[in-house]
Amino acid sequence: MNPGEPLIDFGWIAGHLDDIAQRIGEHATMTVLAVGIGFIISFALALLARNRRALYGPIMIGADLLYSIPSLAFFALMIPFTGISILTAEIALVSYTLLVLVRNIVTAFDGVPREVIEAADGMGFSRAQRLVRIELPIALPVIVAGIRIATVTTVGLVTVTSLIGLGGLGYFIVTSGINRFFPTSIFVGVAASVGMAVLADAGLLLLQRALTPWARARGGTG
Amino acid sequence: MEFFGEVTAWFADPANWMGRNGVPNRLVEHLAISGTALSIGLAIGLPLGIFIGHTGRGAFLAISLANVGRAIPSLGMIGLVFPMVLALDIPGGFWSTVIALAALAVPPVVTNTYAGLRDVDADIIESGRGMGMRERDLLARVEVPIALPLILAGIRTSAVQVVATATLAVVVGGGTLGTLIYIGVQTGDEPQVFASALVVALLALVTESAFALLQRATLPRGIRPRPGAQPVLRPRS
Repeated sequence: MNPGEPLIDFGWIAGHLDDIAQRIGEHATMTVLAVGIGFIISFALALLARNRRALYGPIMIGADLLYSIPSLAFFALMIPFTGISILTAEIALVSYTLLVLVRNIVTAFDGVPREVIEAADGMGFSRAQRLVRIELPIALPVIVAGIRIATVTTVGLVTVTSLIGLGGLGYFIVTSGINRFFPTSIFVGVAASVGMAVLADAGLLLLQRALTPWARARGGTG
Repeated sequence: MEFFGEVTAWFADPANWMGRNGVPNRLVEHLAISGTALSIGLAIGLPLGIFIGHTGRGAFLAISLANVGRAIPSLGMIGLVFPMVLALDIPGGFWSTVIALAALAVPPVVTNTYAGLRDVDADIIESGRGMGMRERDLLARVEVPIALPLILAGIRTSAVQVVATATLAVVVGGGTLGTLIYIGVQTGDEPQVFASALVVALLALVTESAFALLQRATLPRGIRPRPGAQPVLRPRS
């Protein structure tokens, strides 16, 4: 940064809109992939923990251990095996989503009232039908709350992948920002990733409200 | 298996334990940055959380700030502080990281301290007042001891977060163990990448365990965490 230079160079931003759009796309793809795969794994683990309660403790200890590894170290631990690739980033990012997702999904299913489950059984629902048509809708608000936390966290963590030469908005923060003493690029990277986190959070909340209109009508958890 | 031999060889090589890029030097940098940042974070967060929890004023503002803080990525926080620190003409790498980490350390301390004090049974506070305790005694001898499990949980969350994020100081030239990972990635030295990442992961686990032990050791007798009192989920970086 040189004296007399404006703090934010709007000309640079205007000239790099394509580049910014491309990095936003990369960033969003990596986030959606991580949360999506993380959700599928977590849902399976949560169902397993529900059927065999003794497994819940060990699953959470494992998820907690993965969560305590700093992100740069996690990426680095994978590099010798999966190289500098999206796979390296995703293994770490998916691992981080497990703690909050498994916990919220299990808590959500635990919150389904016993009478409701008994009523469903009495009406002749199979276990799969009961899960999809009765338990899942009731559990949805707490599950979505978990997805929101996992998404906001992942958006932030994707920026760190720029340190191992991967894409995403971290490129603007580190490579073309800090490394070149160019604050405009840092602001663009941070603002875009904060904006993406806030929008995703609000979008998921709206989606959940649209899917569970009764929760709001009752003044419940919506 | 050959790879793990190379990793072992990296640990056995005396060159990796000496000089600027030796593990001891980078570890000391890591701990100095983390310790300074955590101290500043506690000096700001604890009084703030106690004030909000005791008076009930400013809670909404504090919780909103904490939520906004969670949306700012830790790397972004370091990036935002960096140009400001450079403008001040002080050692950029060290202070950019310390200020960013201190800012990240404040929210968990404030929210947990506030939650701990808020959850103190109103009847207990009332009895304290009835016994003629002044506000300050009430805080020091009733409210804070009862809230201690959550307050310590907040400090532990911040400490772990700070030690983990200090790894990223390498981007602003602040050193720390992250430097060894970064150099390894740049030079394609995979044994070094893996070995130094192991050291970082180990440091994170040691920090977590150390603060867990501290939490247990400093808990006053007769006070155990209530089953319902869950700390706020810790952030990840």
